[in-house]
Amino acid sequence: MAEETLLSDDFLRQLINVGEVDIVVGLATHNNAKTIEPVLGAIQSGALKCFPRERVAIINADGGSQDGTTELVAKASIDDLWRESKVYALRTLHSISVPYARTPDPSKALQTILAAADLLRAKACVLISPESTTIEPDWLQRLVRPVYHDNFDLVCPIYTRQKFEGALVRDLLYPATRSIYGYRIREPYGSEFAISGRLVTDFLGRGIGNEDWGKMGPEISITIMAVTAKYRVCQSFLGTKAPSPRGAHDVVSVMRRTAGALFSSLDSNFPVWSVISGSENVPTFGTATEVEPEGARINRRRLLEMFSTGVAQLEPVLRSILSSSSLSELQRIAALGINEFDYPAELWAKTIFEFVASYHKSIINRDHIIQALIPLYRGRSLTFLTENRNGSAQNLQHREESLCADFERLKPYLLEVWADRK
Amino acid sequence: MREIIVNELTQAFQEMAREIAHYLPRLIVMLIIVLIGWWIAYVLKLVARSLLRLTKFSKLSENAGATQLLHQAALPSSTELVSRFVFWVAWVGFVLLGVNVLGIAGLQEYISRFFLFLPRMFVALVILFFGLVAASFFSRAALLAAVNANYRSSRLLSTVVRVLIIVFAFSMVFEELGVAEQTMLIAFATVFGAAMLGLAIAFGLGGQDLARKFLEKRLVQHNKEEREDELSPL
Repeated sequence: MAEETLLSDDFLRQLINVGEVDIVVGLATHNNAKTIEPVLGAIQSGALKCFPRERVAIINADGGSQDGTTELVAKASIDDLWRESKVYALRTLHSISVPYARTPDPSKALQTILAAADLLRAKACVLISPESTTIEPDWLQRLVRPVYHDNFDLVCPIYTRQKFEGALVRDLLYPATRSIYGYRIREPYGSEFAISGRLVTDFLGRGIGNEDWGKMGPEISITIMAVTAKYRVCQSFLGTKAPSPRGAHDVVSVMRRTAGALFSSLDSNFPVWSVISGSENVPTFGTATEVEPEGARINRRRLLEMFSTGVAQLEPVLRSILSSSSLSELQRIAALGINEFDYPAELWAKTIFEFVASYHKSIINRDHIIQALIPLYRGRSLTFLTENRNGSAQNLQHREESLCADFERLKPYLLEVWADRK
Repeated sequence: MREIIVNELTQAFQEMAREIAHYLPRLIVMLIIVLIGWWIAYVLKLVARSLLRLTKFSKLSENAGATQLLHQAALPSSTELVSRFVFWVAWVGFVLLGVNVLGIAGLQEYISRFFLFLPRMFVALVILFFGLVAASFFSRAALLAAVNANYRSSRLLSTVVRVLIIVFAFSMVFEELGVAEQTMLIAFATVFGAAMLGLAIAFGLGGQDLARKFLEKRLVQHNKEEREDELSPL
């Protein structure tokens, strides 16, 4: 059903020529010519080395690249690698590039790849970010093997990051999804992940990609669907995540795709998450590597200024979202100096849960609620930065665990504010 | 002489009795229409109130900032105000219908004018409501965008957006009602033009340095450096 609307006739013809495959590797691109070649190389090497007997197809869904990304994908031939390596594939590795739209749309890109995987009856579909310059051929195996050999349905990644990378994941996404949905998935919003054929079919069949939360954050929506529908989920240590260039992410759009999608998912999944208390581990493959030292300098004063200004200027907006006690506490913190500044984990958890409840009740426009969270996230990031500036990897983990414990402990508070009809 | 007076008086009384006999049924019909009208208007008020509560109109009005305005003006809630408005419009409509039955010459024209004015008044109210909703939405959007981009005077920017939209909405309302159309149009154009000119002069002359810095920030590398202070979220 989904194929009919998502796949063009030309793309369908190409897929029919490919026939059935075992593994689909999806690449959602938009002007990634600078990074796509090493990524493709790693995928091809990984396929040759780890899955020589399996039928593998690379599906590139492109959102209107103007820098020749699609040409690079199309001309990346498996023969080049055959000459370089001594490993030979027993099957052909197909590479198909399809423009799904003229402007990038992550939800449509993902759905195109999944629809293609569904049509090709792939047993496993693995999504790789075209910006993952640190990718190694082994990543393919680490992601696909649990699906292909161990019957898991979703393999989420675990990355080794620079100390201050992934602040939103550490401070919000991981603790919030863990406390709400009850699974300890470190990267609910992964750039790379693998899913089974049956999860692909179910995801497309339920039309989650067309629901609000599926459109807002397609990556996190797969994780949420997998845990709520009780699919078998695991994690796999991949390696170092390529550090994002500073300023590469627009915080507003990132917040919409992550927190926005998470908050939005809670409406329809209330019967599932409302009865969960605590959290459970998910099977994890591979071994963790040390946290890398932080290279870049962060201007803490500027973070504090953005937080304080945000709390002061957005006072009428925050008043409609937060409880009076949380708001007055935030105002007190905003008046602190850089050395005394501390946004406690418990207050942060309460803040997030009050935002979740306000989002559920649509107290004001939902997108405005998500945007209003940004200055507060900056404040919490500042505390994270201060706490872990000189701390070891162990300290960092300890603090993350303590934050998650606060989120889990306050889950009844979320249920309380969620049900509050005020 | 006496007979003439008695005859005249009798004729006058007879005339009056005839007139009363002529108007009495109409008066009774009018009273019935007014009474039934009151009852229908009351039912309409209850229906309107229930519908507004069901559709969470008060929340919408709160979001639009209308509740705050009403509160400041010591008026009842928006739901109550709208349902009362429905009652009065319906009842006044029935009263005028009743008066129309009396067949008083000259009054009929005013009554038909009133009924012709009703749709315009309704449209004007809808424009005002959506104007307030738009003013609230866009001023909040401007405030959030400005705060997240770390612009100074975010509140001022938000207020300017709100005031401009409200002024624009009121000018449309007055135009719809046909009240001082030209005056409102000229007033709006003057206020808008003056605000824009004032801003341009203030920005270009009063704040040359600020303008230069602002343009540099927007067009030169400077902005990138500031964004480098941001922690990588993902």
